[in-house]
Amino acid sequence: MASTQTAPKPPARPLSPHLGIYRFTLTMAMSIVHRITGVGLYLGVMMLTWFLLAASLDASAFAVFSGFIQSILGRLILLGFTWALFHHLLGGIRHFIWDAGYGLDAPEREWLAQGTLIGGVVLTLIVWAIGYAIR
Amino acid sequence: MVEISLPKNSRPTPGKEWPKPPGAKRLTEFRIYRWNPDDGGNPRIDTFWVDRDDCGPMALDALIWIKSKVDSTLTFRRSCREGVCGSCAMNIDGVNTLACTRGMDEIVGTILVLPLPHQEVVKDLVPDLTHFYAQHALIEPWLKTTSPTPEKEWRQTPEDRARLDGLYECILCASCSTACPSYWWNADRYLGPAALLQAYRWIADSRDEATGERLDELEDPFRLYRCHTIMNCAKTCPKGLNPAKAISNIKGMIADRRS
Repeated sequence: MASTQTAPKPPARPLSPHLGIYRFTLTMAMSIVHRITGVGLYLGVMMLTWFLLAASLDASAFAVFSGFIQSILGRLILLGFTWALFHHLLGGIRHFIWDAGYGLDAPEREWLAQGTLIGGVVLTLIVWAIGYAIR
Repeated sequence: MVEISLPKNSRPTPGKEWPKPPGAKRLTEFRIYRWNPDDGGNPRIDTFWVDRDDCGPMALDALIWIKSKVDSTLTFRRSCREGVCGSCAMNIDGVNTLACTRGMDEIVGTILVLPLPHQEVVKDLVPDLTHFYAQHALIEPWLKTTSPTPEKEWRQTPEDRARLDGLYECILCASCSTACPSYWWNADRYLGPAALLQAYRWIADSRDEATGERLDELEDPFRLYRCHTIMNCAKTCPKGLNPAKAISNIKGMIADRRS
């Protein structure tokens, strides 16, 4: 007869800590930001679609868009979209360089990451400076 | 799948504070992950004080000191104590490394010691690496040939041999794979940096005659292409190798043969 007593089931093994404890590296942060800006671009393109639709409809539709985009919130969103666009663009170039097999060693990989970060901010500022200058 | 928070049974709780060694002048505080399957319950973080004047300089020396002098139940893997065997890989001060080659002086303040990230814990600092080893086996890490076996050894020019530098030194400690967020979320299908560096070690070997088949096995959206060049692997490798570069080389070879 089979024994009615079975060995007690061992407790489920825990999963060791990961994202919450790993020391952040620049390239790791940049990978995450690249994804977030990618999602942000979808929202930005929706705004762009709104602009095109409003411009093709009539003056009152465009006035609604124009009122929104010139508000503080509208400008902040547009600023964010500009930055996300440049950051993501430079990130794409960085990935292109890496995929071509260059800049994978230290310290080049850090330079590329820093360049993306600084370049995205600088290009955003330049575009906005030009925008305000010719306004 | 991306799961940022830990499952309920895996969240560490504050643990025991072990007494300071009496009469010690130079103390270093260690916080160490503990989990014992016989106790059940959640893992805990214990605090230990290590007498630096009574202990060697490396993090592994401290763990051995704690095991001999404070708590003999502290469980961890170790063997060669000189960065050759890869047994004592763990997360120290937020970075995966070998405890035996990580100097305590390199770390400022309290030293947090955890098992390799996103692995099932067997006990304390010992993760279950069965899956990791199975992935290594999957890439068939041996010389494959169809030519008749030469009477003596398989010859190789010094230049061809040099292509294995930076690859053959891998000791399969799993620091890189368990540092990779992509591996955390997709280890069921993504091979991870260690297995892929090993795969490239055989692809790059001039004596191996199965390059095409090896590339076929890797040409897969998950096995290879889950690498998003996050670079944690290359930064954490205790042997200073660059798995990201090896993966990039594999991707390049697959792209080349398509064109």
